[in-house]
Amino acid sequence: MAILRYATLRFITMLLTLLVVSVLIFIIINLPPGDYLSNQLTELRATGQEAGIAKAEFMYHEYAMDRPLWEQYTIWMGFTPGPQGYSGMLQGDFGWSFEFDRPVSEIVGEALWLTVLVNVAAVLFVYLVALPLGVLAAAKAKTWVDYTSSFIGYLGLATPNFLLALMLFYYGHRYFDLPIGGLMAPELEGEPMSLEKVKSILVHLIVPTFVIGTAGAAGMMQRLRANLLDELGKPYVETARAKGLPPAKRLWKYPLRMAFNPFVADIGNLLPSLISGSVLVSVVLGLQTIGPALLTALKTQDQFLAGFILLFVALLTLVGTMISDVLLMLLDPRIRYGGRD
Amino acid sequence: MTALLQVKNLTISFKSDPPVVDDVSFSVDAGETLALVGESGSGKTLSCRAILQLLPKTANVKSQGVFLNCNDAGALNLSALPRKQMRDIRGNQISMIFQEPMQSLSPLHRIGNQVSEILTLHKDISNREAKAQVLEQFERVGFHNPERVFRAYPFELSGGMRQRAMIAMATVAKPDLLIADEPTTALDVTTQAQVLGLIKELQKETGMSVIFVTHDLGVVANMADSVVVLNRGRVMEAGRVEYVIGAPAHKYTQKLFAAAPVIPAATTPEPPVPHDDPILEMKSVSKTYHVRAGSFWSPSIDIKACRDINLSVARGKTLAVVGESGSGKTTCARMVLGAEKPDDGGKISFCGEKGGVVLDVNDLQSDQCALFRQQLQPIFQDPYSSFNPRMRVVDALTEPLDINNIGTRSQRRDRAVEVLEWVGLDSRILYRYPHAFSGGQRQRLSIARALAMNPVFLVCDEPTSALDVSVQDQILCLFEDLQKRMGLSYLFISHDLAVVSRIADEVAVMHRGQVVEQAPPCTLFHNPRHPYTQALLAAQPEPDINRPINLEVVAKGAGSPDSWPEMFRPIEAKSPPLTEIEPGHRVRCYA
Repeated sequence: MAILRYATLRFITMLLTLLVVSVLIFIIINLPPGDYLSNQLTELRATGQEAGIAKAEFMYHEYAMDRPLWEQYTIWMGFTPGPQGYSGMLQGDFGWSFEFDRPVSEIVGEALWLTVLVNVAAVLFVYLVALPLGVLAAAKAKTWVDYTSSFIGYLGLATPNFLLALMLFYYGHRYFDLPIGGLMAPELEGEPMSLEKVKSILVHLIVPTFVIGTAGAAGMMQRLRANLLDELGKPYVETARAKGLPPAKRLWKYPLRMAFNPFVADIGNLLPSLISGSVLVSVVLGLQTIGPALLTALKTQDQFLAGFILLFVALLTLVGTMISDVLLMLLDPRIRYGGRD
Repeated sequence: MTALLQVKNLTISFKSDPPVVDDVSFSVDAGETLALVGESGSGKTLSCRAILQLLPKTANVKSQGVFLNCNDAGALNLSALPRKQMRDIRGNQISMIFQEPMQSLSPLHRIGNQVSEILTLHKDISNREAKAQVLEQFERVGFHNPERVFRAYPFELSGGMRQRAMIAMATVAKPDLLIADEPTTALDVTTQAQVLGLIKELQKETGMSVIFVTHDLGVVANMADSVVVLNRGRVMEAGRVEYVIGAPAHKYTQKLFAAAPVIPAATTPEPPVPHDDPILEMKSVSKTYHVRAGSFWSPSIDIKACRDINLSVARGKTLAVVGESGSGKTTCARMVLGAEKPDDGGKISFCGEKGGVVLDVNDLQSDQCALFRQQLQPIFQDPYSSFNPRMRVVDALTEPLDINNIGTRSQRRDRAVEVLEWVGLDSRILYRYPHAFSGGQRQRLSIARALAMNPVFLVCDEPTSALDVSVQDQILCLFEDLQKRMGLSYLFISHDLAVVSRIADEVAVMHRGQVVEQAPPCTLFHNPRHPYTQALLAAQPEPDINRPINLEVVAKGAGSPDSWPEMFRPIEAKSPPLTEIEPGHRVRCYA
């Protein structure tokens, strides 16, 4: 029951944090002088395109750009009615992208879920790789196993992602017939979900997951190894030995459990770094995630599109930290009971 | 009688270094207790770990055999046993208790899980049977509510309780031999007395043998049938306890006895310490901690760490505050250091120089603050964690000067050399890191660090409790010497009455945040009035087999205040006043 209450409380704080983040995002986006529409207006006036000016001015009013900043914010979020009544984030209306001249939801649509997919796959990859390698490196510390895995880990950390991506594409295509670029076969884009599409996506996922996840996995592995090594020297491990526990169970049951805490706590940190890291990778690999859209939106001050994507990334991060907090509480009784050791 | 366990010519070395355990032999008879005595580095712990093959992989172990006498199979040579069979012996026939009850249990698993694991591992029984046996054992080791302990996590139990749980874990499988590696060193004296009593009792019940590793001759006198004295990996003296403790023959053993602090036998009372020129005064100082309760809605709990403390330290003298863990003595020290603010109404004043300005510790102006921090320096208990392992000695010693902008770089260095000399260390160590030093050397370093600021007052929080007796002796000598030479005043926090008896000019005994008795040491030992003081004195293990610990007195005084005689008992949660019963001797009782 305590868990449930904790999770609820945690959820409420998460919503509050999200609110604060939305304010920050809105302010930051509006910090650079000018905005997309006024930039466009100046340009149109300079070139004298009357029709365009009328349209832009209409939009300017329609999207409440002529109101004070705080009002723009509340309208964007859907707290107060704008020119079209209540229509903001809360109501599921994500606004208009001036750059692409389409509603934000239409641009982002599928990319949103693909982003989540790519990043979740990368997180899974990070954990699946880091856990066994980290444990192995710690258990066989200072042997060739340790040195080899550390070497590979550092190599993973040091190789630039895009370089890795290019190399993988070349060799993956040459030897394993893996597709190059994109997240699905081009002919399936925009099609409804089908078994074939799922298959295509999965095959396309292999290289991006590897590219985005390697650095994270290498770092995570090193952290797990260091934590586990610390724990292995603790007296309770000795106690377990003196009990006559066989080595594998001894490792698994006691020190690994302890070393797991930072491992789990990292989920929250991992998500944002993966997402921001994957923006560039997405551009290089031609992935249909929101990465490329975000980049364009930020460059052209396309505020609703940028705002929405940033808010979405913030949400993912917050969900990640919340998951890790709740997991930690499940894992560690000292946190659960508020015990101070 | 054939011996249960025989260790023959055990030698342990690391790499190509000279052996740390050199040709050590000993044996334990069935049902007997063997004490391995020695200071840290004597190889006593390594020797007993070698029995169970719990040494690190880098250790080279050589021996003529470690023989365990199994009734049915004859003698079994443990040193030649394959790993898997060795695991069957561990925890089953030979089990072990470690020193640190705080860290020897996994913090993430319930006590019951960890204890019953030993049964499910070695015996062919169901979980339910295992639980039943564990609960029974919990009751035997003195848990009033075994079910609750079974479900508890280690952090929910006190140190003494955890050690009881460890003992339950080590004995639940009814081993033939229990190896106890300093099992009571981390515990309070009264708890130690009870735990020692418990081990003895269990031994009587089950007839197991015990190897008791300790540095404390008092514990040896109370527990052992025979003794092996180790020094630097070699056996110095071995034999029945009557001979070794009664009439030590080897020089080293004699030296150990000389270094062991002993509460002086009842002497005449001392004249009271004059308090006309106090360097530090605490006036009705209390400290309440508000602990947030487990849930969001329930009100916070108040914990009264210190209640109405009135103490003063005379200039150039030593006031010792004695008490067990949780008595509030450290809180007291922290308030004096200005690290904690006392509750409203309390006042701590400090007067660094005779006739100088009197500082209010909790209301320091910024210029006074610098002076106060310079004149009053702390020394902590654990010399291992009170140094930054990544700072060289010279950096650690000059850092306080550096922060206060005292002197130039070379002057600070000279000062470091000077203070090192005072504490008896060579200036050649300046550029080494803390890990290169032993506990005693580190404690000298922390004293040197405190002295670097040229203080007049040292607050010492258990400065010797992490040290060996002979090292403790040296450090105490150093304290005495420094006091004589520089006229330092000490607030000396300790749990050890014997240590206090040596260094203090006045002793205050604390119990649950209150001073219960206060007197010069000789007066206190001559005529202890409060039941708690009596319990503390009775629990102190004396290196004399004719003066065993009197568990009855311990139990009477160390229990809850409600078990005290009427005149000491609090009435409706209000404690009796501190009453002066003779000059300089105050006891918390109704007259």
